[in-house]
Amino acid sequence: MSATDFSATPATPATPRRDVAWMGRFNASLRYGVLLLVGLIMLYPLLWMVAASFKPNHEIFGSIGLWPQEPTLDGVISGWRTGTEYSFATYLFNTFAFIIPKVVLTVISSVLVAYGFARFNMPGKRIWFAAMIGTILLPKSVLLIPQYLMFRELGWLDTYLPLYVPCAFATEGFFVFMIVQFLRGFPPDMEEAAVIDGCNSLQVLWHVVVPVIMPAVISVALFQFMWSMNDFLYPLIYLSSVEKYPVALALKMAIDVTEATAWNQVLAMSTIALVPSLVVFFLAQRYFVDGITSGSVKG
Amino acid sequence: MYENKTTGYLYIAPFLLGLATFTLFPFLSSFLLSFSDYQLQDPVAQANFTGLTNYREMAADATFHNSLWVTFLYVFVTVPLKLAFALFIAFVLNFKLRGIGFFRTAYYVPSILGGSVAIAVLWRYVFAGDGLINQVSIWLGGEPLNWLGEPGYALFTIVLLRLWQFGSAMVVFLAGLQNIPTDLYEAATIDGASKWRIFFTITLPLLTPVIFFNFIMQIVQAFQEFNGPYIITGGGPLKSTYLLPLMIYEEAFKYFNVGYASALSWALFVIIAIFTVIAFTSAKYWVFYGSERGDKK
Repeated sequence: MSATDFSATPATPATPRRDVAWMGRFNASLRYGVLLLVGLIMLYPLLWMVAASFKPNHEIFGSIGLWPQEPTLDGVISGWRTGTEYSFATYLFNTFAFIIPKVVLTVISSVLVAYGFARFNMPGKRIWFAAMIGTILLPKSVLLIPQYLMFRELGWLDTYLPLYVPCAFATEGFFVFMIVQFLRGFPPDMEEAAVIDGCNSLQVLWHVVVPVIMPAVISVALFQFMWSMNDFLYPLIYLSSVEKYPVALALKMAIDVTEATAWNQVLAMSTIALVPSLVVFFLAQRYFVDGITSGSVKG
Repeated sequence: MYENKTTGYLYIAPFLLGLATFTLFPFLSSFLLSFSDYQLQDPVAQANFTGLTNYREMAADATFHNSLWVTFLYVFVTVPLKLAFALFIAFVLNFKLRGIGFFRTAYYVPSILGGSVAIAVLWRYVFAGDGLINQVSIWLGGEPLNWLGEPGYALFTIVLLRLWQFGSAMVVFLAGLQNIPTDLYEAATIDGASKWRIFFTITLPLLTPVIFFNFIMQIVQAFQEFNGPYIITGGGPLKSTYLLPLMIYEEAFKYFNVGYASALSWALFVIIAIFTVIAFTSAKYWVFYGSERGDKK
């Protein structure tokens, strides 16, 4: 896929040749100027947050600069302790305790369902596929209350079960859609060959399809990881004991406890909370870009 | 590829089970609950059928009217601004520049992190009285503003937070721009078309499927905004950021009025449904799909 840079193509024939090079340079510097300015505005709050974690409190209010005049680890240390009865390690551990099953179940169920939709012609398929698209557009708040009542009946309140069990049933239609779109881009020739060689459909899925759709599978896992790290509303309604809180709830609780006084502590906590997502993002950024575009452009 | 019906259904069985249990059943239940006076607190209490009482209450509820208004204000300020900005930056980026990868990453990072509680917390400090924004505006010679305490400004801080996350829409636009075949541009340039003309007759029409996709996703997402108002402003001041999802949450889980909250959630559902239906039916008038390319002269 080559970049179409129509602005870089020679300017309109009406422009004299002499001006073309100058225009090109002007154009490029204008673009760089815009990009740098926007980039600076975008990233400054994040850098300010990281810097503030290493500043004493009075310095955060006093200057807009980044580099700490009197660097200190107080913020980070008290941030890690969180000012609540548990340290950050507990909350991180809790977060992973439901995110890992969530990611695994989402991947397995989405792959199975997407394979069914992309490679089988059963009656009623169009209706079910449309229903799946419908679930993507359905607002979560219309399901929230009855789901809560249902999990209360099951005795699942204050456990992680309501957070990840639905993922075993491909409830996130967006991910199924992503894999279906990806799978449609590949003709089923290889799979047909495998069938002729005597593979059943599950063997075909495992030995032929999964290796091919691996990039989409990784994208699904990464997005589910990120979105679950950010998820706040579901843990908020289902979890009530502090010892089970994930990072998102702990952070909200910490600001309610410490509030306006210890800025460096709260900002340090926010910084620490973002580290897992940032690490995962930088390790695998190309999958994010590929993943988010596969549903929209190829379709 | 396969014609075997049973196997196909076996593969999508998890989805069908989930659809019935976690989507259809709750969806219909909340519709029924919206005609009841069910209270969350008291599991043994019977839910009484109260007919249209909740809906009548909604029609008279000033808080609901206010929430409806701020929700519309929020959605119709945020979504167009975000899409326009994402398209503009995608357009600037779609050019052979060195360091494109760096910029794309820098712009994309906020949309990955922006939904988190940590960023919402950061936002409170950025817009606080002595926060970053006011310090910068004093440094530039301006006046500090009471961003979070003034009803006129508080919603704007949430709008800015979501605008800050324009990266995911931008990445989709960028991919759309790069999918437009170069030969179209070359042909137009040879014919002597101006840049603006090229933009409005080639780029924009061929980009409409991507604009449509982004528009739907952003509208649906914006109508469900919860973290921003809950964490940054708590719905205040004077309920100026009391968006509908926050009102639904508080009615159900703070005041335990499950019946009324269900009615509110159905109102939100109907609003989103109307906008999606309008978008999908209008699509045939303004969204061009690839096949039409051959018809162009």
